[in-house]
Amino acid sequence: MGRTFAQKALERASGEKDLVPGQIVDAFPDLYMSHTASWRCIRTLERMGWPELYDVDRIAMVMDHIAPADNAKTAGYHALCRDFAQRSGVRKFFDVNAGIAHVVLMERGLVKPGEVIIGTDSHSTIYGALGAFGTGVGFSEITATWVTGKLWMKVPESIRVEVDGPLARGTYAKDVMLRLIGDIGADGATYCSVEFHGSYVEAMSVSERMTLCNLAMEMGAKNAFVPPDATTRAYLDEAGADPASYEVLLPDPDAEYRQVERVDGRSLVAQVAVPHTVDNVVPVTEVAGTKVDQVFIGSCANAKYDDLAIAADVLAGKTVAPGVRLIVTPASSRIMAKAASDGIVSTLLAAGATITNPGCGACAGVGGAMADGEVTFSTANRNFQGRMGSYHSRIYLGSPATAAATAVRGVISDPQELLA
Amino acid sequence: MTTRGRCWTFGDNIPTDRLVKTKYVVEPMEVIVQHVLEDLNPRFPLEVAAGDVVVAGKHFGQSSGRAIAVKALRATGIGAVVAETFARTFYRNAFEVGLPVLELPGVTGLVSDGDVLSVDVAAGHFRNETTGVERQVLPPDAFLLDMLEAGGLIALARSRPELFEDRGAQR
Repeated sequence: MGRTFAQKALERASGEKDLVPGQIVDAFPDLYMSHTASWRCIRTLERMGWPELYDVDRIAMVMDHIAPADNAKTAGYHALCRDFAQRSGVRKFFDVNAGIAHVVLMERGLVKPGEVIIGTDSHSTIYGALGAFGTGVGFSEITATWVTGKLWMKVPESIRVEVDGPLARGTYAKDVMLRLIGDIGADGATYCSVEFHGSYVEAMSVSERMTLCNLAMEMGAKNAFVPPDATTRAYLDEAGADPASYEVLLPDPDAEYRQVERVDGRSLVAQVAVPHTVDNVVPVTEVAGTKVDQVFIGSCANAKYDDLAIAADVLAGKTVAPGVRLIVTPASSRIMAKAASDGIVSTLLAAGATITNPGCGACAGVGGAMADGEVTFSTANRNFQGRMGSYHSRIYLGSPATAAATAVRGVISDPQELLA
Repeated sequence: MTTRGRCWTFGDNIPTDRLVKTKYVVEPMEVIVQHVLEDLNPRFPLEVAAGDVVVAGKHFGQSSGRAIAVKALRATGIGAVVAETFARTFYRNAFEVGLPVLELPGVTGLVSDGDVLSVDVAAGHFRNETTGVERQVLPPDAFLLDMLEAGGLIALARSRPELFEDRGAQR
């Protein structure tokens, strides 16, 4: 019987053979990511009596969720993390200037194919874009792993998703994922490993693959995976990851899948998740004309360089509709620098956007809050009630192109109508 | 790992954002605990008593993996959460912080809000004392029950270091 990616990755990380779904193993992850919640890990380590660390080079910390600090208390948490990193020799420490943890670690060559990576963030599934096994865990689990080097993991069943392309005009990776989440539901892949295959996936950039793997979490996935190929290798080379330092793991052709899902990208139209759940998905035409007060282009799902470039294409030479606030939060400082040197930042500013520092921003509740009765169209990955300010506000989710078109018109709009 | 108390019912797909809102995440627990699930049932944080049981539909605790949501639920004093199914991160975090949880398919059809329930997670046993209905399911894995018994992962590591002693095997 062939093996899935998840079986192979957990066999590699546990040293065990012939794992089957449902089995529980001790895995030794290659990297332990903690974001702003790192302070909780440090406090937990303190409660454990400061035991010796298993391997400090596997610890990565990124101050992304509340950055820069918004008050004395969060500033204190950041200071605790900075201090700890300094004292313990954590070299993979990235401060409030770096951006969203996932994107920062990937663009700096710290996420590699075949690795098992745990993070204090549910969207750690994103590491599958580079062929790694990324999964979210709690902060005590990260702390325990700092000390013991290992963590219990249940071997997941796998779902194979086939996406055929090319995508229809005006549609993107975000639309593929919203359609899929709408089809199988917010719990459709609970505890499963989700593998993405098909002609469209093979033709995608790593950035687009990040969007796929990131949003897999919104259908309950434990991890996600895109088979590494020449595109992956080119990205890793540029990021400075030594090819000798990783081993590509691919599922066997006869691996066993719990189910196979297909998305036909050629007939796709822009999709929108309507309030208040991510799996409440409709074609943009059904909600077109809905008035918005704010548009947010940000988050680990859709604030990468190409996302900003797509938004700038739509907004070039136009202005944001009167009364609408457009907030753009680049995912990382490197992305922001590139967008600045390529003129994307000035295009967005000329259109009337507010550009904030890189990081999680409004997606994590920092800035961009809504008043009672307001509506935001967002490129992020969640639209739960009250997530952005007032409990009596509404969040719609869609692609950067749909977001930009909506900002121009002031009402939810099909980006096809504005694409040159 | 048995508990007996009032049943509080909640629906499907309850996100952790509902358990602890982002704006309370950095507050001290004594503040957070006053707001747990308040949007869905304002009486819950005010009236919940030690040993009570939260019963939910499918995919309980979806969305953000914030372990603070599970900690806050445990801090209310409830004895267990019984759900049709749990979101993966919530389920993991429950054992990590020592909150007994039991997956019981069909449970939402067996209870009404306010019923008195007895739940024994280690035995996989559920009983609605108000209606007399009983169910038996497979309990969680023995390793996970050890963690619950100890009061969570960190407590287990402190009380039984031998379980964690083969560090270095994979270095």
